[in-house]
Amino acid sequence: METKRLVIVAVGGQGNLLASSVLGEAALLCGIPLNMSEIHGMAQRGGVVESSLVFGDAKSTIISDGEADVLVGFEPAETLRALGRCNADTVVITNLAPLMPYTVNIGQGVYPDLKQLQELIRKKTGRLIAFNAAALAKKAGNSLAVNMVLLGALLQAGVLPLSVEEVKEAMKTKTKKAFLDSNLKAFDLGFSAAATA
Amino acid sequence: MLLLGNEAIARGAVEAGVAFATTYPGTPSSEISTNFFQMTRECDLYFEYCTNEKISMEVAAAAANSGVRSMCVMKHVGVNVAADALMTLAYVGVKAGMVILSADDPFMFSSQNEQDNRYYAKLSGLPMLEPSSVAEAKNMVADAFDLSEKLQEPVLFRTTTRINHSTGVVTLNNIRKRVTKGNFTKDPINLVVVPAVARNLHVKLLKNYDSARELAEKSNYNFITGSGNRGIICNGVSYSYVRDGLKDLKMENEIKVLRMGFSHPLPPALIKNFLKGCVKVLIVEEGEPYMEEAVKAFAQEEGLTLPINGKTKDLFTRLYEYNPAQVKQCIAGYFDLPYTPPKAVDLSDVPEVPQRPPTLCAGCSHRATYLEVKKATEGMDTIFPSDIGCYTLGLLPPLSAADFLICMGSSAGTAGGFSKVNDKKVIAFIGDSTFFHSGIPGLINAVFNNHNFTLVILDNGTTAMTGHQPHPGVDMTRLNLEGYGRVSIEAVVKAIGVDHVTTIKPYKVKKSIDAIKEAIDHKGVSVIISEEVCALYANALKLPKRKPFRVGEKCKNHKDCISSLACPAFYIWNDRVKIDANLCTGCAVCAQICPENAILPVKATA
Repeated sequence: METKRLVIVAVGGQGNLLASSVLGEAALLCGIPLNMSEIHGMAQRGGVVESSLVFGDAKSTIISDGEADVLVGFEPAETLRALGRCNADTVVITNLAPLMPYTVNIGQGVYPDLKQLQELIRKKTGRLIAFNAAALAKKAGNSLAVNMVLLGALLQAGVLPLSVEEVKEAMKTKTKKAFLDSNLKAFDLGFSAAATA
Repeated sequence: MLLLGNEAIARGAVEAGVAFATTYPGTPSSEISTNFFQMTRECDLYFEYCTNEKISMEVAAAAANSGVRSMCVMKHVGVNVAADALMTLAYVGVKAGMVILSADDPFMFSSQNEQDNRYYAKLSGLPMLEPSSVAEAKNMVADAFDLSEKLQEPVLFRTTTRINHSTGVVTLNNIRKRVTKGNFTKDPINLVVVPAVARNLHVKLLKNYDSARELAEKSNYNFITGSGNRGIICNGVSYSYVRDGLKDLKMENEIKVLRMGFSHPLPPALIKNFLKGCVKVLIVEEGEPYMEEAVKAFAQEEGLTLPINGKTKDLFTRLYEYNPAQVKQCIAGYFDLPYTPPKAVDLSDVPEVPQRPPTLCAGCSHRATYLEVKKATEGMDTIFPSDIGCYTLGLLPPLSAADFLICMGSSAGTAGGFSKVNDKKVIAFIGDSTFFHSGIPGLINAVFNNHNFTLVILDNGTTAMTGHQPHPGVDMTRLNLEGYGRVSIEAVVKAIGVDHVTTIKPYKVKKSIDAIKEAIDHKGVSVIISEEVCALYANALKLPKRKPFRVGEKCKNHKDCISSLACPAFYIWNDRVKIDANLCTGCAVCAQICPENAILPVKATA
């Protein structure tokens, strides 16, 4: 089986690890070999959380620079920071709603211009799917469902050997019952948004 | 099923019938203990959080010497703390299986160094096992108990972050019945290490070493894949990168690989035979050239002159963790194979992305204490020795509340040295869990030697950094757990003989500043205990919430709040300061320092 490598980057609290575990469960349901790795040392303290998911026949759990087939960024500046993982064919999916790093708030850095950010990514990679996932999560009735919106977009992009049914099945077991409806709605909104983005 | 490496390790231990487990929490090992802790709620597994790693090893060693299978879990630097116990426990040995897990952290994702703890196996003479994957970790930890029991000595089990925090598919096996009660038999001639006994025990250790080496020769964890006359010797996660690299280079059958999973003692015959069939050998191991040195020595013994390389300028580094592309590139370069590196995008015209370092949470009481210490010491020349915990995050501006740090407990010890040779005010910071772990001896030393500094104990009622594990000062009834004692930090400090001890509530800014000023003025050792529950822990405990705050109309945009506190609940919108009501915990510290009194509680919406 062809190996597919997915990098997910997010800010602590955005639900990266839950999204990864949904994808992991979905891969298990499809019988696809999967190795994942996460760095979440200080996730709850506003740091960056990064997951690597390697689908198919591989033993490594991490992904080198230039080797990601898909990059999903839950926050635009973090997507840009992770651009080194991409190559000319990588599909990049990003939320466009920024979460300001506190360094910017105290004047120690400038947040990248979103238009320039998209132009740069589009120019350097295979495909860019960019939209405001936070707005869609809100529309789905759950502002914390940014992760599920982006999972929808990821499935629409079609790079991974997973189907919508299996991911939705995995969402049923991995996400909280009370949020399942809004999560599924968020997923669908992300799926359609990616089709037109 | 899919399990996190640390979950798989806990499961493997339980499958092996572990009945007694101990730890001091430390990333990347922490989830192993969290799992044990949860299991104790549902079965007769005994587990305890100990005050430090040395104690955890001693507690577990006693259980193992009474015939109960035990496990002791710590991060790599924790082994330094436990090393005194480890080195002689190696002499004394165990009766039932005992596994000591060392979670190494190449790249220092959450550690102060990246020491390679394979050298602890060499130093102590104990056997060491190292898994290459999550699934292997589970089965290997189970086998480690059998190995320990066979050799009657503890087995070191070494992981790295990429095992602990990777997730893989694991098949569960049956759980062996736990033996939870032991029966210690007196045997002082073998168990009390006075010199005459220890001399005999060292002989025993060396005999065990030989037996372990024989077992390593035949161990299934040391295996060879592929064929050919070029060879690679590797361990741990490097094995995964080697296998993926060889597959991509289409050399799986042309280059043979010796994977060392039973990595101490290294098996001489196995390695020598491997070398004899090779014209060139590459060693792939993160960290120090532990195997490389041994393999070269074996080659010398056999008079083999083939090239053996690992850590050289053109190949591998001793720094950080490796990655698949790097390993593939080194293999291709070393064996002259055609190789196209991945075409990573050109980043030269990408603007610099602002850093997003982890920071103290919104409403973190440490931020309040740091601000108050800064205010209390305005205009003074200060040195702030710090310690290991969340509060170390205060090192960055604007708080800039850490000047020196080496290890757990070093705040109190180094504060003494700084105060003796500098004419500056020394104010040291230590967390509550770290104080119990190794801060107390430093404080005792300071009182005895009449040092002159203020120790601020940041008591947030939990071990916050590693995920809210309890410590001896924690009120366990808050967690609905009965049967625990509780040690008062204040009582300990007073009993040590510190004559100026004040407890402050850091959310009360003015009162706290006054109390800190008094403590600083005191000649000799003074202690401030800053008591306020961790904001994240308060959430987890579902403690009553305070009302969030907002920036009102009186704001004159000084931005003092942001520039002195940098609380993540602040954000700037159209050049005005705003407070994110979802993040604000209502600690009201910013409201107390706003010169315009412009920060007000959000009115309850009707």
